[in-house]
Amino acid sequence: MSTAPVLSAVDVTKHFVVRGAVGDSAVVRAVENASVDLHAGRIVAVVGESGSGKTTLARMLARFYDPTAGEIRLDGVSVSGRPTRAYHQDVQLIFQDPFGSLNPVHRVRHNLDRALRIHDRRMSAAERRRRAVELLERVSLTPGEDFLDKFPHELSGGQRQRVVIARALAVGPKVLLGDEPISMLDVSIRLEMLNLLDRLRREDGLALLYITHDIASARYVCDDVIVMYAGEMVEGGPKDEVIARPAHPYTKLLVESSPDPDRVGTVSRDELFDDAEALGEPPSLIEPPEGCRFHPRCPFAMERCRSEAPPRTDVGGGHWARCWLHQEGRAHEIGESTFAAALTRRDEQVRA
Amino acid sequence: MPSSLWSNPKVRFGLVVVAFFTLLAVLGPWLTASVLGLDPRANDISAIASPPSAEHWLGTTQFGQDVLAQLVAGARGSMFVGVLAALIGTALAIVFGVTAGYFGGTVDNVLNFVTNLFMVMPVLPLIFIVSGYLRGTGLWMIAVIIGVFGWAGGARTLRAQTLSVRNRDFVLGMRMLGESHPRLIAVEVLPHLVGWIASMFLGALIGGILAEAGLAFLGISDSGAISWGSMIQAAQSQSAVLRGLWWWFVPPGLCIALIGTAAAMINFGVDELANPKLRAGTRRVVRRTRRVERAVAAAEGGAA
Repeated sequence: MSTAPVLSAVDVTKHFVVRGAVGDSAVVRAVENASVDLHAGRIVAVVGESGSGKTTLARMLARFYDPTAGEIRLDGVSVSGRPTRAYHQDVQLIFQDPFGSLNPVHRVRHNLDRALRIHDRRMSAAERRRRAVELLERVSLTPGEDFLDKFPHELSGGQRQRVVIARALAVGPKVLLGDEPISMLDVSIRLEMLNLLDRLRREDGLALLYITHDIASARYVCDDVIVMYAGEMVEGGPKDEVIARPAHPYTKLLVESSPDPDRVGTVSRDELFDDAEALGEPPSLIEPPEGCRFHPRCPFAMERCRSEAPPRTDVGGGHWARCWLHQEGRAHEIGESTFAAALTRRDEQVRA
Repeated sequence: MPSSLWSNPKVRFGLVVVAFFTLLAVLGPWLTASVLGLDPRANDISAIASPPSAEHWLGTTQFGQDVLAQLVAGARGSMFVGVLAALIGTALAIVFGVTAGYFGGTVDNVLNFVTNLFMVMPVLPLIFIVSGYLRGTGLWMIAVIIGVFGWAGGARTLRAQTLSVRNRDFVLGMRMLGESHPRLIAVEVLPHLVGWIASMFLGALIGGILAEAGLAFLGISDSGAISWGSMIQAAQSQSAVLRGLWWWFVPPGLCIALIGTAAAMINFGVDELANPKLRAGTRRVVRRTRRVERAVAAAEGGAA
């Protein structure tokens, strides 16, 4: 962690203005004050449920959206106002949907060839072909020759996603942003894709951002985890720390919601979440809750959580969280019982 | 796709008819002149307004001109106007619609405003006025006028389609590689609009032929040029209907109807390929279904 980050987002905020039919407008606060540092050779996972702002964050990092506030820095230099074309030679985004990110009318060859040609205009046709085959083999599509002339509809989802990755690698980027790159693939090939990402990071020294809603896959592949809830980053740190000892009630809920073979038999899942409605829904981003955005669903919520946003607290070893429990000296309560049990206890107290 | 297009009987009929008229327009006048020795403008004083005969297969007009020779020459005039008007209209629709849809924002606002302006303009009266000013400039000018006033609807369709394509991930993906906008439009977006553009072109072709015929009938045409429209107009001005000279106005009218039907057939066929729900049962399927129905009825009858 001592090296300078390749790509970082510093306190970026994104608000979308949506206009209603009668001329009124509302602001969707998709991402608020998010910061993330990507280092060469490391994978950072951003975890959160749908609508938590993960994809918006990735699209800001890919410069499809300009941040409303805050800035994106590449190699320590702010990129605002600089041409996106040069930027994309260093930063590439892998889309979620492998069926949508390759043009159905073009062969694999077209995708790679264009990428190589744009990257280096002097490269000869034969050289481009050789590089294209190399790239395909890099992403385990072997023999690469066989895939050059295939159309996207002739490939499986996993193969398409590999072609998309090969295309992104063709421009020689330093950073890959993966926007849920495995969520639309068959379960059986997800692991191979994660291994591929891991290999790219280890062998090519790429900096990776891995966006997912599946904390188990984040645990498998990444170095650091950042948890987002309703557009805000609520907790972050080294993956083992964060997953084994969540310092925020929401992270705890996420960890307990994901199937874990180690937990089978000890607690029944049905028992854990027999009352799913009690867990609540993520809030509207047009009118987010005051104070801590998680307080309506939080079993530990206090008076203070309803009015003031919690500050960032370091809990040691690079692990941090935004939760009032740490300020109030109640941090130990998070680890004491399951989320569902805490929720039941809260409801009993309310009734009593 | 091309083979399945051809195997659709509607499309096959349409393509054959369109190909026939295209050939007629290109080669016909030369054939009638060299093989039959007919000149569409020559007046045969010995045969005025005579019905079809061995000498004049489709009869002659009030002025003693051979109707067959006129019909063939008219095919050239009408097809020329139709094709040129369709080319101009389709090109304008692509330029306005795709550009507006792709770039969005201010570009879209400006181009869409122009499109809407052309859409709400009373086109027919405008064509009258403009062609009144440009009187006697020939089929060229008529085609240009029809094309320039007829692209707005197509531009709207293409704009909507482009809007949906340009935000697809593959366009963003190629843009992220550093592709330029013109290339993105031409290589990534346009191939997805080919079906729309092709059917628009066919629609514009038949629209152009009809518009030319309509304009000629109303007297806005080059008096020296021969087209199906000008033939009908001449027949009308000589009261051919009242005098029963059916061989003068029926052939050009039939030709217009036939090519219109052909274009519509091709469009139906393309629609059916795109949307299988519209597909009619083939004769084989119908026959098979009937056989099953009969077998069931016979079995029931036997049981009773």
